[in-house]
Amino acid sequence: MTSVAQPVDKAALANGERSIAVAFVILLAALLVAPLFIYPLFLMKALCFALFACAFNLLIGYVGLLSFGHALFFGWASYISAHAAKVWGLPPELAILAGMATGAGLGLVVGVLAIRRQGIYFAMITLALAQMMYLVAVQAKFTGGEDGIQAVPRGRLFGVLDLTHDMTMYFVVVAIFLGAFLLIYRIVHSPFGEVLKAIRENEPRAISLGYKTDRYKLVAFILSATLAGLAGGLKAIVLQIASLTDVNWPMSGEVVLMTLVGGLGTIFGPVLGAFTIIAMQNYLATFGQWVTVIQGAIFVMFVLLFRRGVIGELAHWLRIRL
Amino acid sequence: MKRRMKHLLGYAAIAALAACGTAQAQTTVKIGVLSDMSSLYSDIGGPGSVAAAKLAIADFTVQNKDIKVELISADHQNKADVGSSVANQWYDVDKVDMIIDTPNSGVALAVSQIAATKNKIFIVSGAAASDLTGPKCNANTIHWTYDTWMLANGTGSALVKTGGDSWFFLTSDYAFGHALERDTMAAVEKAGGKVLGKVRHPINSNDFSSFLLQAQASKAKVIGLANAGGDTINSIKQGAEFGIVKGGQKFAGLLVFASDVNALGLATAQGLTLTETWYWDANDANRAFTKRWQVERPGKFPTMVQAGVYSGVLHYLKAVAELKSGADGKAVVAKMKATPTDDPLFGKGEIRADGRKIHDAYLFEVKAPSESKYPGDFYKLRATIPAAEAFRPLKEGGCPLVSG
Amino acid sequence: MFELLNISPQALFGQLLIGLINGSFYALLSLGLAVIFGMLNIINFSHGAQYMMGAFAAFLLLELTGLNYWAALIIAPIIVGATGVIIERLFLQWLYKLDHLYGLLLTFGLALIIEGLFRNYFGSAGLPYRVPDELTGGHNLGFMFLPNYRAWVIVASLTVCFATWFVIERTRLGAYLRAATENPTLVRAFGINVPRMITLTYGFGVALAAFAGVMAAPIYNVSPQMGSELIIVVFAVVVIGGMGSIMGAIVTGFGLGIVEGLTKYFFPEASNTVIFVIMALVLLVRPAGLFGRAR
Repeated sequence: MTSVAQPVDKAALANGERSIAVAFVILLAALLVAPLFIYPLFLMKALCFALFACAFNLLIGYVGLLSFGHALFFGWASYISAHAAKVWGLPPELAILAGMATGAGLGLVVGVLAIRRQGIYFAMITLALAQMMYLVAVQAKFTGGEDGIQAVPRGRLFGVLDLTHDMTMYFVVVAIFLGAFLLIYRIVHSPFGEVLKAIRENEPRAISLGYKTDRYKLVAFILSATLAGLAGGLKAIVLQIASLTDVNWPMSGEVVLMTLVGGLGTIFGPVLGAFTIIAMQNYLATFGQWVTVIQGAIFVMFVLLFRRGVIGELAHWLRIRL
Repeated sequence: MKRRMKHLLGYAAIAALAACGTAQAQTTVKIGVLSDMSSLYSDIGGPGSVAAAKLAIADFTVQNKDIKVELISADHQNKADVGSSVANQWYDVDKVDMIIDTPNSGVALAVSQIAATKNKIFIVSGAAASDLTGPKCNANTIHWTYDTWMLANGTGSALVKTGGDSWFFLTSDYAFGHALERDTMAAVEKAGGKVLGKVRHPINSNDFSSFLLQAQASKAKVIGLANAGGDTINSIKQGAEFGIVKGGQKFAGLLVFASDVNALGLATAQGLTLTETWYWDANDANRAFTKRWQVERPGKFPTMVQAGVYSGVLHYLKAVAELKSGADGKAVVAKMKATPTDDPLFGKGEIRADGRKIHDAYLFEVKAPSESKYPGDFYKLRATIPAAEAFRPLKEGGCPLVSG
Repeated sequence: MFELLNISPQALFGQLLIGLINGSFYALLSLGLAVIFGMLNIINFSHGAQYMMGAFAAFLLLELTGLNYWAALIIAPIIVGATGVIIERLFLQWLYKLDHLYGLLLTFGLALIIEGLFRNYFGSAGLPYRVPDELTGGHNLGFMFLPNYRAWVIVASLTVCFATWFVIERTRLGAYLRAATENPTLVRAFGINVPRMITLTYGFGVALAAFAGVMAAPIYNVSPQMGSELIIVVFAVVVIGGMGSIMGAIVTGFGLGIVEGLTKYFFPEASNTVIFVIMALVLLVRPAGLFGRAR
């Protein structure tokens, strides 16, 4: 069974740790300097989606499962966080935690239903379940339907830090993003992560070695959903809005696109992919009619020609790990 | 690309005009048309709104050389978060003073709050939510062309008065549909009509046969369509299949635009009753505007939303010219409310304390194909609702700006 | 019994009949998907867009050449099927050796392109297309008024579904197709042009979608979004029926139409989620779907 992500490149393994560390430093520096040149609200939005894409990539890149309904976790966490902050009056850190919990809970339910199946079936099931929850969101009162939940208060982080200033909010977002990013890195480069990769490469063999692969896949699924929930909750607080766009299936498609463009199964790929797609949507807002067509064209092009994604091709060319 | 060129030419023309008046002190303002350029409402607002705004700017600056106006536009794609992002960026970074249009209530509500926070201006032409001049009103927002209360009241009571006194509702099962149904039901009952029943359908349903069967069985004289967009079109199209209109029942479109009628075709839409506040073929001034507008949008006809953009931009520029500055949003809006409106399209009117623009509304009926003499000849006028009655009374809105 | 349950038998039968009609669309569309997946192992995400292209082809044939509905029923599927053949040759054939998920992603991208282009060109509001004169009007069956066109829809879809099932499961051509899916190398060794069969199969599946589109044009709004609204429901139908099973797609399509019809009568607000709920339940009990074989 062929897998979707990169094959193991032995020469790159040796340089693996060093190149990743270098790239991380570059990313950190860029994030610290960027708000001086670029509109912070745009950067924060891109970072939330980068986190979402990284969470998605955990599943597709390292376990080999394509979830076509990840917007479910992102969007519903966004709704719960928004509701928690606005209606229940929770401070931002608790609101975001509520979002993560939503992601985890939904991840458990969907995971149990979907994990038994592989490949295409898995994708279709996640898509259909996500669509069902979208329809529920349209009709549920608390989601605000077409209007969404608006004017979500930014609040004071831990009662101290006033998040209404964009710059303060920005550094909080950077901190959360980097924390989650490092967490994903740790998961991937841990014994647990190695088992996941073994399952991706050859599941029957992993089973024959005694690993309860369904359980590993479920845990990975829940982790991915929780981090997607973190991204959604964060997004609700940053952009102060939670809407139907976040739960709809085009959003699931977009996160796939971001990860594909950046590079499936690379650590940094989803980050670059998210920034690229968000920037493109921003820049093309004037030509709004063409955004869908261009996104479709990028999908087609990358699937046919650049399956490794930008970071993946770069890493392959430089023979390093990214 | 073509539109970019037109924008650039537009800038150049305006700059040239402005250059003529450089002797006097120049007031500069920047207007942003935020609309749905690519999806469901692109014919209702969209590029047509941009064309209307350009005409308004041209008409104004011809006589007032000491004001320089820049125009930009963007697509909110019917998404509240895209709309908020653009509004934030425009107000913060791109120095936009006034945003106009937004045919989507969710986007409008979001942008309205952003405008208030940043003390800029927002003129809503496209969106329908009557909350914008109700509980969610603020001193930086003006609601121009129409709203759900006016639609419900116009169609509801006017139809009852002309004989449609028993109703059955086909409602889209979400907040907007419920609001439309609730407001229309109240108007129908107040005018002496009866509501025989209702059925709620999921939004974006493809097939309405079962709901239409129930409507047919109710034998109500009027079937109120408390839905929008594709749902309305499908309801009417399939209603024709089931012979609803032939059977003597009437459809009342509670949110229908001329572009929807165009999509249906007169054969299917004939007899449909609806309320609008502006129709391109109503008088010579409207026809003249339409001709100029069609230079940029050949083959299409301006909707009331697009006419509202023209009217709103014009009144805004008048206020800015008098104040000689567009910087203070609240001050400009206060000026706009203090000055009675008068433009070639909507005639004389005013803006109330809650931000609601007042003008006459009209009950139209869609013509049969045999009655239509030329392209765009869609409507015949059934009744005129004077401005004082057309909109929700000031005290009933619940707007915090209205004292007492 | 009906009085006990407070149901009007007329209304109920009316809804059942309508459910059957809607089921015909589900059956036709999921048939195309099942054919493509069964034979090619590709999830054709652009199925909805191709259904839309069928409806638009019917509209354009009427606008530009004056060809009526009956001609469009034959010509539109051929035209759209031809575009399907082009897609297969240009794009899909490179993906067979890879993980099946790439096929899904590619067709997803194609769906975005097709829908975006149509929306840019035609706008979103929709275009008029009328029921052909021969089929206007209807008959009062006593318990409901049945438009002639809807009766035609049932007849036509049952015919096409049965014909497709027959060709694939009972003829020699169908046997070659099924053999080619299981073991292409061996079948090729017998001298059968497998790549061409695959191309034509994809084209045929796409043509089925376009055929459903032409049938939909007179009654549903002809707009660029018409496919994407429907496609996810059809995916759920195919998952329930079992992804490679032709009979499963047909039976489940009609069956779910009826279930949806009943829900519209008893609990209308839930009528668009009921299919997904059923899908979740079926998956818990039979992960391969009702008629599917575990792959």
